[in-house]
Amino acid sequence: MGELLIGIYVLVLSSFVGFEIINKVPPTLHTPLMSGANAISGITIVGALYAARHAEAKISVILGCVALAMATINVVGGFMVTNRMLAMFGSKKKK
Amino acid sequence: MTAQDVAQLIYLLSAVLFVVGLKRLTKVRTAQAGNMIAGVAMLLAVVGALLEYQIFSYQWIAIGIIAGTVIGAFAAQRVPMTEMPEMVAIFNGVGGAASGCVALSVLWGEIIEKSVTGTMAAAMGGDAAVTLFLSIIIGMVTLTGSVVAYLKLSGKISGSPILLPGRHLINALLLVGSLAAGGYMAFASSGTDQTVTLALGLSGAAALLGVLLVIPIGGADMPVVISLLNSYSGVAASATGFVIGNKVLIISGAMVGAAGLILTQIMCVAMNRSLANVIFGGFGEEGGGGGGKGGEYENVTSCGPEEAAMILENASSVIVVPGYGLAVAQAQHAVRELGDLLEKNGAEVRYAIHPVAGRMPGHMNVLLAEADIPYEQLVEMDDINPEFAQTDVVIVIGANDVVNPASLTDKESPIYGMPILEVHHAQTVFVIKRGLGSGFAGVKNVLFERDNTMMVFGDAKKVIQGLASELKETVPGLAA
Repeated sequence: MGELLIGIYVLVLSSFVGFEIINKVPPTLHTPLMSGANAISGITIVGALYAARHAEAKISVILGCVALAMATINVVGGFMVTNRMLAMFGSKKKK
Repeated sequence: MTAQDVAQLIYLLSAVLFVVGLKRLTKVRTAQAGNMIAGVAMLLAVVGALLEYQIFSYQWIAIGIIAGTVIGAFAAQRVPMTEMPEMVAIFNGVGGAASGCVALSVLWGEIIEKSVTGTMAAAMGGDAAVTLFLSIIIGMVTLTGSVVAYLKLSGKISGSPILLPGRHLINALLLVGSLAAGGYMAFASSGTDQTVTLALGLSGAAALLGVLLVIPIGGADMPVVISLLNSYSGVAASATGFVIGNKVLIISGAMVGAAGLILTQIMCVAMNRSLANVIFGGFGEEGGGGGGKGGEYENVTSCGPEEAAMILENASSVIVVPGYGLAVAQAQHAVRELGDLLEKNGAEVRYAIHPVAGRMPGHMNVLLAEADIPYEQLVEMDDINPEFAQTDVVIVIGANDVVNPASLTDKESPIYGMPILEVHHAQTVFVIKRGLGSGFAGVKNVLFERDNTMMVFGDAKKVIQGLASELKETVPGLAA
């Protein structure tokens, strides 16, 4: 039960961090923020690495490989798209 | 210190950097750095995972990572700015599906392929068994819900709400059914055939649930839906964290889950609607039979670019109101050019941004930023509304519901109570639109019938370019 309880502690406290971080966001950043947060949810890539770490072509490993590919799309695509959006705000300020 | 300990410390550092990154993403000045920091955090998490888990073979890992990187990078590079909301929806969907697939993989790897004879709960612990099926359900709902949101946004299926009779009952049954199947699978099922059937059955039910949840929601509410699904994909990742006992997954997933929920709330407030209203009331449904919907237009005045340019020439203050039509016509650069001309002509030019203009909050800001329109000229709704009364000309470009005064006056209107940009107070309002069709909410816009409103029909980009060239002709100094 110890491990589960620690997990629940971590879950609740992290949720609060999430709630507290996002309280005042200028509308300009809503789309990039959503996109950035979405990229972070690609953290499931860690789970996918766990699932795809065997050599045999079993269903479990194939599922892991598919999960890994999808999580990587989420992570790589998500951060790149967010960066593209934010780069527009950046370039303008130098002028 | 063992490799395991090092891995845990790397995870901790990764989690801290996720918090810092997310925090910085909420401020314009630090946002880009925040995104980079979050990216580094993700890289650290991957390094931690490679250290923590005994990797038997890199074969499938390499295939997955390379395929994902190529597809992700290609999609991210190619997508035009106007289609960002759709792109986010798709990324979100695959993220949710990835969590579901990890859970399925664990189910196969730990239970089915090992031909475990007892229950799942006995083999892997009750908490892992429960979070496993939750992860599958949430992941599948996120996947199919996001795909429907994508199809609605990109216009591949109708944006209007599709309301099935008894849909709440069907949804409730699907949800209860998939949870029951999950519970049975975790605590009662023994024998692999039964477990496989249950796993596939609950995946299918959850997938169907995702479709049915989003189908009845109108296209105008898709941003809220995407934000909510974004929150779900975080929750799915967090549940996966419980399945494999990984803290960095629990932390980041929970954080995204909570952040997504808050962002959803912010968007609902901007539309003056409750989340329950978005999810359960197909838009316009409650206003059915009221006087505010549909109807023919009377007394609409329209003019061409020449006439509009003459009025613009003498304007000393101009406010541009961009909407989805601007995004569709890719008119942001033309708008910038027109704005520059007007400024040269001595007018003060500002851009009024409604929080839900376009298909996603901040959509317009991103587009205008692409055209290098200075950030300081973009003004938010609450700050600009008192200014309209002292403004000579307002140019509404492809926006509709967000400038409809019916929301202030007509209690029967389905959009009654939604805060709008009060452009009707300005001296002259030009509305650039392709026709008199209604906006996403399917509501007649009473602004178009007002005496101080002039419609300029046509494609937004062409009309704006027309306005710019007319201005150059009439004011000789501007062309240079």
